[in-house]
Amino acid sequence: MQPGRSVFIAALLCGIVCAVPARAETIKIEMKDLVVTPAEVTAKVGDTIVWENRDVFAHTATATDKSFDVMLPPKKSGSLTVKKAGTFDYFCKFHPNMKAKLIVTP
Amino acid sequence: MRVTHYAALAALILSPLPAAAQNAKPTDPQIAHIAYTAGQIDIDAAKQALKKSKNKEVRAFAENMVKDHGAVNKQALSLVKKLKVTPQDNPTSQALTKQAATKRAEFAKLSGAAFDKAYVANEVAYHKTVDSALETTLIPSASNAELKSLLQTGLKIFQGHEQHAEHVDAALK
Repeated sequence: MQPGRSVFIAALLCGIVCAVPARAETIKIEMKDLVVTPAEVTAKVGDTIVWENRDVFAHTATATDKSFDVMLPPKKSGSLTVKKAGTFDYFCKFHPNMKAKLIVTP
Repeated sequence: MRVTHYAALAALILSPLPAAAQNAKPTDPQIAHIAYTAGQIDIDAAKQALKKSKNKEVRAFAENMVKDHGAVNKQALSLVKKLKVTPQDNPTSQALTKQAATKRAEFAKLSGAAFDKAYVANEVAYHKTVDSALETTLIPSASNAELKSLLQTGLKIFQGHEQHAEHVDAALK
């Protein structure tokens, strides 16, 4: 076998094996002065969402359809690994005027 | 019972809360005093609820009021200290305190579901009153930028509490 050819095959194999699972990402969302930034985020199934609460008040990230409810103590963060696709409106249980949206694609 | 309840509510909403607001513009030391007093009143109301209520949602709401208003007032105290401002008592603070004492005495006679309903309905009304005072008088009158900014955060907190109280109120019906 020619050396050039084996490199080609190795590259081809890697192309098949390495490309398949897109790496899961961590997406950060900030809560500061009762404002959620960004207010709308798009993630993929498998990604991790981290909410960082910069306030001295406790907040939550609670889905309107109750599919998640993450407690965020003052100056602490909380996370969630998204498992299903869909559009999730969420809010803070303690301050329902804090609203945001999480879009999860398959 | 029902009539008294609504009458009391109407009295609270219609009563001349911002006495200073209606006349002269309140000064920063007065604004700081009003904001602190308004928070302390809600903490005291929540403490009464924590003594009397057995309802899970009412208690969770009250616990949050103690924490949030405690946190805002802590920030307010460190700000006045930093600015070397001495909060100044004024007719609005006095009216708020007097009204709150009347409410607490009234609610002390209630128990169970009657207390829960009265407390939560009053929380909705009280937060509405304070929100409107913040929006129309206290924030526009504040001259110090840091005080203004703290009041603006306070307004968002109060508005959040108003909605939270409305949710609890709806759940009690």
